Amino acid sequence: MSQVRVLVGSKKGAFVCTADGQRKDWKIEGPFFGGWEIYHAKGSPVDPNRIYVSQSSGWFGQIIQRSDDGGKTWNPPGSAPEDLVSAQGWPQGESNKFTYEGETGTHLWYDGTPHPWEFKRVWHLEPSLTDADVVYAGVEDAALFQSKDAGTTWSELSGLRQHTTGKDWQPGAGGMCLHTILIDPTAPNRIWVAISAAGCFRTDDGGLTWKPTNKGLVSSFMPNPEAEVGHCVHRIASHASKPNTLYMQKHWDVMRSDDSGDNWTKVSGNLPCDFGFPIDVHAHKPETIYVVPIKSDGEHFPPEGKLRVYRSKTGGNEWEALTNGLPQQDCYVNVLRDAMAVDSLDDCGIYFGTTGGQVYVSADGGDNWSAINEHFPSVLSVEVQTLR
Amino acid sequence: MSQIRVVLPFHLRNLAHVGNEITVSVADPVTVSSILDAIELAYPVLKGTIREHQTHKRRAFLRFFACAEDISLEPPTETLPEPISSGREPFLIIGAIAGG
Repeated sequence: MSQVRVLVGSKKGAFVCTADGQRKDWKIEGPFFGGWEIYHAKGSPVDPNRIYVSQSSGWFGQIIQRSDDGGKTWNPPGSAPEDLVSAQGWPQGESNKFTYEGETGTHLWYDGTPHPWEFKRVWHLEPSLTDADVVYAGVEDAALFQSKDAGTTWSELSGLRQHTTGKDWQPGAGGMCLHTILIDPTAPNRIWVAISAAGCFRTDDGGLTWKPTNKGLVSSFMPNPEAEVGHCVHRIASHASKPNTLYMQKHWDVMRSDDSGDNWTKVSGNLPCDFGFPIDVHAHKPETIYVVPIKSDGEHFPPEGKLRVYRSKTGGNEWEALTNGLPQQDCYVNVLRDAMAVDSLDDCGIYFGTTGGQVYVSADGGDNWSAINEHFPSVLSVEVQTLR
Repeated sequence: MSQIRVVLPFHLRNLAHVGNEITVSVADPVTVSSILDAIELAYPVLKGTIREHQTHKRRAFLRFFACAEDISLEPPTETLPEPISSGREPFLIIGAIAGG
């Protein structure tokens, strides 16, 4: 019997929600790490029992947690008693140590002056598609880290931050975060990342060198709206069967690329508004995509107080509103960039969480929705694991 | 070696799986730095949570108290008062209060 496990990261802890393939009756466990901000939780596609969590706090900084039993128990990686103290007697405990490689350097601050890179938190954890011990971390201030020992230690893939444009990157309102990591399932050395507000970048050599992939993006808030970097990309997504086709929810504009990000075209089409944060792709239909329009960058809530997911079955441009089961009046929540996910059951399930604490599921590709829970803390991230 | 009593904030107690108060062995002279070294040696999971990994800079929203005095801004290598080094008084690590 198939099962799904939904991993909810919230402003006050993590929750694990499980259901059978019907996705109607949910068991909710948590909060785990109560009181901490859980920016992201994601399971390994190689070993679904292995789940990585980014736990952070303005008081105590960053913690990485790992479960090896599907979320029943958790530990900071490398915190088994025999791992805690090195042979020299020094405490290890370095699973939360994210140190920039080489010269730290500067990027641009909000006022346009140089500002030193400072690690703040992990926004996104992306487990390897082929090795359960390998996991990538996208962090603020924007950089990409890799762990090859299941999160026990981390090293920066510094070619990204040391790109010639790095000194010109500037934070968006939410900070300068690397929030999206896409690994090409057909070419593991090819990875895309997205940074607010620097844009999209691709490596074809496992992270040694990077290329900005923002051609076609237009951001009117920039002095040069078509500049190579500086775009506030909110999310990118792709389908495993068509990894060279990418979809993007930008600050404004929904975009599409069919050449691995080298060129982008606008596919906002008939959306009521093309501002938003998440974007995702149906598990079995690579041209079926989902967004949640938000009124504007100044008003982070749905247009007309109606929470609507929009679906395009044509890879963009032609969109339909999905409303059945979602609040259609007086709804003023937001859906953040990492708070949408899809499962891979035959009838693809779509999930998203809101800043109002609701997590919704559709077990039929978006036609009908119901709430898994309506009273979580503000939701930062949603991921789902399909367990067969 | 002195046996130093330390009170940790709620979330760090949970992280380290300890109760309200811990005791750590600290070589003389007893200072904020030497206490934090001892805490991190005994509870490596707390590395980076009280002070930054490399710079050892105190995390901004944490404060250090000794004998009812806020010593957060004092040099961390300054010798602490006798009630702390003798174990009569605990060294307090306190999270700044924030509402909402």
